Amino acid sequence: MEDAKKLEEFQAKIDAEIKIEPKDWMPEDYRKHLQRQISQHAHSEVIGMQPEGNWISRAPSLRAKVVLLAKIQDEAGHGQYLYSAAETLGKSRDEYIEELQSEKAKYSSIFNYPTLTWADMGAVGWLVDGAAIVNQVSLQRTSYGPYARAMVRICKEESFHQRQGYEIIAHMAQGTPEQKAMAQDALNRFWWPSIMMFGPHDSDSPNTGNATLWKIKRETNDELRQKFIDKTVGQAEIIGLTIPDPDLKWNEARGHYDFGKMDWDEFWNVVKGNGPCNKQRLEHHKKAHKEGKWVREAALTYAQKQKEKQMVA
Amino acid sequence: MTQQDALINYCLRLGDTSLILGQRMAEWTSNGPTLEEDIALTNISLDLFGQARTFLTYAGEVEGKGRTEDDFAYHRNEREFYNTLLSERPNGHFGDTIARNFLHAAFLYHLYSALTKSKDDKIAALASKSLKEVTYHLRHSSEWIVRLGDGTVESHQKIQDSINDLWMFTGDLFVMNEVDELLIKEGIAANLNEIKKLWDNTVNEVLQRATLKRPIDGFMQKGRLEGRHAECLGHLLAEMQFLPRAYPDATW
Amino acid sequence: MSKNIKDNQGDVWEVFVQSKPGLPHKHAGSLHATDKEMALQNARDLYTRRNEGTCIWVVPLNAITSSMPEDSESFFDPSDDKAYRHPTHYIMPEGAKHI
Repeated sequence: MEDAKKLEEFQAKIDAEIKIEPKDWMPEDYRKHLQRQISQHAHSEVIGMQPEGNWISRAPSLRAKVVLLAKIQDEAGHGQYLYSAAETLGKSRDEYIEELQSEKAKYSSIFNYPTLTWADMGAVGWLVDGAAIVNQVSLQRTSYGPYARAMVRICKEESFHQRQGYEIIAHMAQGTPEQKAMAQDALNRFWWPSIMMFGPHDSDSPNTGNATLWKIKRETNDELRQKFIDKTVGQAEIIGLTIPDPDLKWNEARGHYDFGKMDWDEFWNVVKGNGPCNKQRLEHHKKAHKEGKWVREAALTYAQKQKEKQMVA
Repeated sequence: MTQQDALINYCLRLGDTSLILGQRMAEWTSNGPTLEEDIALTNISLDLFGQARTFLTYAGEVEGKGRTEDDFAYHRNEREFYNTLLSERPNGHFGDTIARNFLHAAFLYHLYSALTKSKDDKIAALASKSLKEVTYHLRHSSEWIVRLGDGTVESHQKIQDSINDLWMFTGDLFVMNEVDELLIKEGIAANLNEIKKLWDNTVNEVLQRATLKRPIDGFMQKGRLEGRHAECLGHLLAEMQFLPRAYPDATW
Repeated sequence: MSKNIKDNQGDVWEVFVQSKPGLPHKHAGSLHATDKEMALQNARDLYTRRNEGTCIWVVPLNAITSSMPEDSESFFDPSDDKAYRHPTHYIMPEGAKHI
């Protein structure tokens, strides 16, 4: 049984906005919640490299190519920062990767959708990164020190990501009729999955538990989703694209946009593995990991040989 | 051939080589053996694209017909590319990539070192910038050659095979024609016979540290000077150039 | 000797980056690497892509000794009542300058 006094002290620290650090006492549920959330976040960054990586070789200009490549590289870096934060909770990166590959751990479902045209690079940067940023900005104030620090660093680096996407889609929306059609099509396909990235309605969110009490989560799914929608509508209008939701309209009384019903049936199906790319994304990750095994072993063996040589000398 | 024609061709050789090797390195995204290495490999790719852009842009300036970096990258055909045969070799496994990068980085390192003294100020400036990047690429690939060579039995065999397989494409790095002749006379280009000696030393030294054998020089593939490439380049270009070719009226 | 190595990502290293000559090295984050050269290269590729640094230190995590949360009262609280270590503790004559 966990010591009631320790729990009380822990909660007092949280309430006083004092960050929890790796060596501090924490309730087991807090630790588990963070392990799950941070690793899921890390997996999302890493799996998220694939749908965008799909277009690096075909980027239509050298400028577009380096920008996209730099952005995907940042995502690898963000995955790395997040795994590091998650490792401070007493599980190794290898264990987290094993959980991903054995499907014990999840990643953001948005990456199970395919990127079909170059306009999707616009939509992904604008909407998917845009949604992620809303969430990440909020997480900069999360109660666990290493997670908050990773988020601060990530938010700083992410600042160009959404602009990169918006620039692409804005340019296409003003381009030839074919480009404009591609841009609208990308928005049509990515809009609903993007706003579902924030997760189920607060009323049916299974993992919330103490996350709010412990200030792991600082704002609810619905609050974050509303924030994202409110700031995105105008961005679509200004470039002449139409958000595919006939129920979308400004609600003067609420001071927010009202929007239509999300298809949670599709959402849960994609979470459960029935999205267009779930299998492909995981297979890709497993293959790369497997193909890297001999390389990692060589580096480990070399290091050990060097150590042995030093001990003899 | 005028000096202007020669200089354009020389810039295209440098620009194309970085472009094609950069395109290959970008294919590593999300495929690295660790996350750290994934980032390292794409860093190299970004450096190479940077070099490609500046050399292709300069080619356009020398030509004076308004062609841009993208015109050169996206609107030329297979036989109009002057990249080294080594740069276009497919990635294969990690060892194949490291071997290719190492043999190539050792070449570019000595080439750019020499070109920092070029009498063409722009070439000298671009070479100085590129040299810093290639110095790191050489360090990165050398350290990996050593770890794979002196790692496990499996890794030793794999990297030795990679070096052996790529060896016949190294001769192409050093061939010269009238372009070189003309530009060497003007103090603009580097003499590749000199570069070859330096390259030999670097390669020998690292291979020895890595407990690897230097392959015996056999018949060498050649072709970059005439734009004569392996089949794989056509596929690389078809993929790379698809959008601007499919939508000629569009800008991106 | 070098058999029985289990596939893994290498050790955890902590990275400290000096952003300008004259400034102290500051903790930037951590990474995995199998030896110090690889740790240094990985740190360069991971933590200095945006001109963040002029010098990097890498330190294996297991070489760092940290005080524990339970040490904190006995380590840090005793300095609470020693205000005389701070210049504001002292009363200076009115009008005294440059002191």
